[in-house]
Amino acid sequence: MTLPDNKGHFGEFGGKFMPETLMTAIEELQKAYDKIKKDKTFLSEFDYYLKQYAGRPTPLYFAKRLTEKLGGAQIYLKREDLLHTGAHKINNTLGQILLAKRMKKPRIIAETGAGQHGVATATVCAMFGLECVVYMGEEDVRRQSLNVFKMKLLGAKICEVRSGTKTLKDAMNEAIRDWVTNVKNTYYLIGSAAGPHPYPMMVRDFQSVIGKEVKKQSLQEKGKLPDYLIACVGGGSNAIGLFYPFYKTKTKFIGVEAGGEGLNSGKHAASICAGSVGILHGSKSFILQDKDGQILPTHSISAGLDYPGVGPEHSFYKDTRRAEYVSVTDQEAFDAFKLLCEIEGIIPAMESSHAVAYAVKLAPKLKKKEVIVVNLSGRGDKDIGIVQDYMKMITPIKK
Amino acid sequence: MGRIEDKFQNLKTNGRKAFIAYIMAGDPDFGTTEKLVLELEKQGVDLIELGVPFSDPLADGPTIQAAGQRALASGTTLSGILDLVYKVRNKVQIPIILMSYFNPIYHYGVSDFLHDAKLKGVDGLIIPDLALEESKETVDLAEKNGIDLIFLIAPTSSLERIKKISDISSGFIYYVSLTGVTGVRESLVKEVGQFVNKIKKFTKKPVCVGFGVSTKEQVKELLKYSDGVIVGSAIVKKVEEGRDEKDIVKKTSEFVKALVSSAREK
Repeated sequence: MTLPDNKGHFGEFGGKFMPETLMTAIEELQKAYDKIKKDKTFLSEFDYYLKQYAGRPTPLYFAKRLTEKLGGAQIYLKREDLLHTGAHKINNTLGQILLAKRMKKPRIIAETGAGQHGVATATVCAMFGLECVVYMGEEDVRRQSLNVFKMKLLGAKICEVRSGTKTLKDAMNEAIRDWVTNVKNTYYLIGSAAGPHPYPMMVRDFQSVIGKEVKKQSLQEKGKLPDYLIACVGGGSNAIGLFYPFYKTKTKFIGVEAGGEGLNSGKHAASICAGSVGILHGSKSFILQDKDGQILPTHSISAGLDYPGVGPEHSFYKDTRRAEYVSVTDQEAFDAFKLLCEIEGIIPAMESSHAVAYAVKLAPKLKKKEVIVVNLSGRGDKDIGIVQDYMKMITPIKK
Repeated sequence: MGRIEDKFQNLKTNGRKAFIAYIMAGDPDFGTTEKLVLELEKQGVDLIELGVPFSDPLADGPTIQAAGQRALASGTTLSGILDLVYKVRNKVQIPIILMSYFNPIYHYGVSDFLHDAKLKGVDGLIIPDLALEESKETVDLAEKNGIDLIFLIAPTSSLERIKKISDISSGFIYYVSLTGVTGVRESLVKEVGQFVNKIKKFTKKPVCVGFGVSTKEQVKELLKYSDGVIVGSAIVKKVEEGRDEKDIVKKTSEFVKALVSSAREK
């Protein structure tokens, strides 16, 4: 069985729930993607840019001191943080920009939360000389100012979104409104494995390079596949990119959601752990909603995970129990962030710190011969300001 | 025959076209919405669309977004809107159509919702983000419950889509006059007439035009080609400008009255 089916369904999840104005464009995109998906010229071009421009393959690094400290399973880090632009987002933007070029769309729009996808989109637009407009919530513009500046340097126009909760969800609403208006010349470059079909499938396919490399590297280094794969899940693109190539293996998947101030506090972004099935941004999936089906505001220390929905394939993995989904709090992610800085000399993105935090909990419970691969989806330079603020906030309490 | 079909038959017999008014339910509160429904019927509006507020209205421009926020702030819910319809149903004969994004309906339960909506006196339903591809279950349930499910056709719709949508749309067909979100526009797209004719080749169902319509001139122009015209944001703007309930009803009423008379001119 290959997923999704030809209508974009992963079991009961996914699909295309969009205004009619966009449906023809979505059909065209689907056709264009179906065509290039197996096209050798396209794939070799994609591969070329992944290698020569983005810096693939990324290392699978054995975190020796972290492993020793935790005293359990061996922890390996998939170093997506070492890619050009500092996160896994570049994999997908390279794939989609090559597609947009083939579709002859001169104008590219994108939404961004933490700014990593915005920077990655601005980067590939600069490289190919295409117009780039990035929608970003006002709240995220404030907390991710470094990335905002980078995008501007790269020639992108930033549209600050002031509606709703002023974060990723609202940036996506506004990007869709732009797309509805400018659909004829505009390509919407979605950064998450969410949105209407074919986006969840397409983003997954472009991000699958992560899992494919891990498979190969693990076999080379350990002579076996990893026992566990751990990745953070907001929309879920880095996680699905890591998991998908292992779908038919026995390797266990763990997706880590943003628990914010705890699932009982109501201040979190754990759509799978604490949400219910609904329709948001074009697909059916787990979402955070109130009793009347209104989307709830979310909270996370990490802007990239601060989203009330999740890609439909993750909902399917949850539903069929192929993957386990857990959450870690802001504090746990912060502690993991510090730990990785201190004992491995790696500054992880706050998003990826969620995955590290769960590995810290899990590893001691496992046998020493077991292998965990944590997707270090991005680097943490962009989060330094947040970390400083957070330290100021928690220090008096800890004393 | 449902109230919507009845209405279009009636208009046709009298050689008239439909004027359809959109207001956001619960903007700024249910009391005002109730008075507005009564007043709109009195002013000769033919069908009423009641907007259901949603936290993430991705097909709407700033005016309706803001109206939705006001409605949500006053505690408006989908079940509250059904109760409101029930309350006014005894007082008005006008067909009432709800326009809602899919999630509130899905969360209520599509089958339960259609059942309850019929019971409370709702005649039709427009779901802007329920694409043809995902609509089968809802189409079947709407038919079973006797509720017209009205679909949108856009300037970007392919011939194949126009044909399929014309087939399943019930009550009338909503032609979106422009590629964009809801909201007032100074000038309309020139090709509307051509496009409506294209739709009419596939169907005998009434075709009504909405999005961007705000002036008497636009109403008159669009009715040359179509069976009805829908005005939303421009009316919602009047609700926004009103100081209190009385003022809102007065401002809206005056504005709508002028548009209706323009729609009636031969």
